[in-house]
Amino acid sequence: MKSCLIVDDSAVIRKIARKILEELNFEIAEADDGRRALEQCRAQMPDAILLDWNMPQMNGIEFLRALRQTDGGAAPVVIFCTTENDVPHIREAIAAGANEYIMKPFDGDIIQSKFAQVGLL
Amino acid sequence: MKPEDFELLRSLVEERSGLVLTKEKLYLLESRLIPLARKRGMAGLDKLIREIRTRREESLLTAVTEAMTTNESSFFRDIKPFENFRKFVLPKLVEGHAAGRAIRIWSAACSTGQEPYSIAICLREEAAKLGGHRFEIVATDLSVEVLEKAKVGMYSQFEIQRGLPIQILMKYFKQVDEMWQVDASIRAMVKFRKLNLLQEFSSLGRFDVVFCRNVLIYFGKATKKLVFDRLRRIMLTDGFLFLGGAETVLGITDAFCRVDGYRGVYQMLSEIKPSWPSTSGTKENLAAQAPGP
Ligand SMILES: C[S@@+](CC[C@H](N)C(=O)[O-])C[C@H]1O[C@@H](n2cnc3c(N)ncnc32)[C@H](O)[C@@H]1O
Repeated sequence: MKSCLIVDDSAVIRKIARKILEELNFEIAEADDGRRALEQCRAQMPDAILLDWNMPQMNGIEFLRALRQTDGGAAPVVIFCTTENDVPHIREAIAAGANEYIMKPFDGDIIQSKFAQVGLL
Repeated sequence: MKPEDFELLRSLVEERSGLVLTKEKLYLLESRLIPLARKRGMAGLDKLIREIRTRREESLLTAVTEAMTTNESSFFRDIKPFENFRKFVLPKLVEGHAAGRAIRIWSAACSTGQEPYSIAICLREEAAKLGGHRFEIVATDLSVEVLEKAKVGMYSQFEIQRGLPIQILMKYFKQVDEMWQVDASIRAMVKFRKLNLLQEFSSLGRFDVVFCRNVLIYFGKATKKLVFDRLRRIMLTDGFLFLGGAETVLGITDAFCRVDGYRGVYQMLSEIKPSWPSTSGTKENLAAQAPGP
């Protein structure tokens, strides 16, 4: 079973994403901020990370840059999942090492399609 | 709905598009035709049916037929067939291809354009390996409405997120307000035309590759057979046919067989030419390799 860390400050989004990803057979962990997500990754690297952009303490892009500098942090497949849907944001995310990018609102089909594309399904 | 009304609509739609409507699809008839009736200023389904029976106005019959088609599509639908197209079919096409003649690809039920644009993007991504060969992509559909949308190449955020890798989106699409439009250079690679697969299509010329995906599935067996027979005649003998995930040639035609190990890819089976790969030419072992029910 592959693991996925869902990082989003909205409990509602985390819940929806968890439900979709559990149906796709992922073992789920959650974090409500980039900083906590980084701590969790340092303890145990997940296979995949679904990552929000705007969060209070450490945002998604800061988290991603820090993750990619961390030991073993190159491995997880990182999929942004955010309302930031313009080209500059997307390019910035790719440059920082994001593997895929989901623009909110999303649904089960989109999650499945994106996870399949990056070889997680 | 009265049985004779259902029968009227069923035979109209099947005659004109090949689409088979079973009794279970009654809800679909209603949910698609009531809005159509309203759009054309009629009170409801009864009025629409009366118009069809009495006036048989061409534009109405066309609209009813088109309303019953399913236009669902996505970029790089099912992923694997497009990988097979890039990694297996394209090299085969280019190998030993005489320069000069264009390599021709047909998207035979292209809906809103995702399929032919996916093909065009594959060609661009593989350009370095294509040795300067010329390609032509022809995309056709029965429905004028989807063709109009296809030509503009403008897709919603939902549509571009189904099947399109983000790097490809960045490379070949432009953001226009809330929508995403395929680059003009990709759009220019595809020629869109209206074409009904029930009609003779030899005027399109001959093709190296045909994508005929997720359309035969709606047809009855006799119609499927007819289309396969015509496809055989317009395809080059060493050409490739792509079918949808739920479509098969088994029990319908002997003209094509699956290419082992390449999902969704079919090749012509002819007396003159051994099938590909040459180790599995007989119909017996082809049938034995068929997927289970
Ligand atoms: C489900 S879409 C498939 C789109 C695309 N090939 C794919 O696989 O995603 C089916 C399309 O077939 C078209 N169609 C149905 N009957 C047809 C016919 N007799 N001739 C040509 N196109 C037809 C419909 O208009 C619709 O756009």
